[in-house]
Amino acid sequence: MTREPGLEPTPSQTVGPFFHDALLDEDRSELISPDHPEAIRIEGAVYDGAGEPVSDAMIEIWQANQAGRYNDPQDDREDLPLDPETFSGFGRSGTNAGGRFSFVTIKPGPVPDPHGGMQAPHIMVSVFARGLLKRVVTRIYFPDEEEANANDPILSSVRDLGLRRTLVTHNQGAAHRFDIYLQGEKQTAFFEL
Amino acid sequence: MRQESTDETVSQRPEGNDQPPYLYPDYVATRLRAPKKPLIILPRTLSDITGPAYGRDPIGELDNDLTRQHTGEPLGERIIVTGRVLDGDGRPVKSSLIEVWQANAAGRYAHHLDRHPAPLDPNFSGAGRCLTDDEGRYRFVTVKPGAYPWKNHHNAWRPAHIHFSLFGSSFRSRLITQMYFPGDPLFEQDPIFQSVRDREAQKRMISSFDLETTEPEWALGYKFDIVLEGRDATSMEDRR
Repeated sequence: MTREPGLEPTPSQTVGPFFHDALLDEDRSELISPDHPEAIRIEGAVYDGAGEPVSDAMIEIWQANQAGRYNDPQDDREDLPLDPETFSGFGRSGTNAGGRFSFVTIKPGPVPDPHGGMQAPHIMVSVFARGLLKRVVTRIYFPDEEEANANDPILSSVRDLGLRRTLVTHNQGAAHRFDIYLQGEKQTAFFEL
Repeated sequence: MRQESTDETVSQRPEGNDQPPYLYPDYVATRLRAPKKPLIILPRTLSDITGPAYGRDPIGELDNDLTRQHTGEPLGERIIVTGRVLDGDGRPVKSSLIEVWQANAAGRYAHHLDRHPAPLDPNFSGAGRCLTDDEGRYRFVTVKPGAYPWKNHHNAWRPAHIHFSLFGSSFRSRLITQMYFPGDPLFEQDPIFQSVRDREAQKRMISSFDLETTEPEWALGYKFDIVLEGRDATSMEDRR
């Protein structure tokens, strides 16, 4: 099928180093109050191919609520509760001089996969930075979901086990640690949409 | 290091020329930041055909006028930037958040890391946002940003540009790009612009002067339409 002229996608360009006032003027890193009994903290850092922290990145996350429902009309499973006033499912964080970012959120519930099964609880992640001409996309999975993770079609599609492990947080005290390596031996698994 | 794989979930698709590659060595910062392992193909699921409601938040009345955020008016050439946001099927992207940021007319960002010795403008912060209307239309009032030098290579200058951040209807349609101005002599030496190899695709990042948008005795008008990745599964397949 030929597409109508003028309907080809607009190319991506880097976010550059000067986005902070426009994109991070409000703190969007707490999707829920840290006092919420189910609140979890996700902490990590972004590193480049030389192992140096990336201090000018922006991380965005998108996730379902605790019941596994997305706060979007396109998720119309009305049997599942929705809490748009208290949980948007969207978060944003910059990185600091150490490349560090953090989010306070809740662990999402499982959501359907394309084959009638369920995906393990996961969070969608976009990383933008100077030097990234387009975002990189990854996912955060949880280590206490061994069975669900083993059955997750997307996690299982990452055949290289080392690469697959980069998608699962590990415990760091009370927090979930999720580091993002843009390049190199330890590179995080990134997805093509 | 070559990875042999017959795994259909690993992308074997050559990178198209209408989106930039991750690694574009002329843009030096990509050398240590571009991922080099093969990408994993992500099938469409509810997780990515949905997207944040961020754009449904209230927007301030003056958020789309970068010339009225301070007591005085910023220096520079006042411009109106307007256009439509469409998905890959040509449908308007409605009520969707657009965030913009830019240098001032002298080519300086109001940002602590910008060391270019051009004057800051006390009347210009250079950040704005707005929502698209039911036809996918948006409109900003601002001043034309200046070109500025950077340290990528000897005598490197960025062409004048406005950064655009868009959400669209789903996680898949998220886009951050830059809008350029027609006829800029700096395109040829700018590796960020040139990272998009296809000439036609390059043109999709350049606004056009528009006399209809131009307001007499007040401001020049530029049109910039943006096409996001489609929400429709069949159109995605057709593209590949």
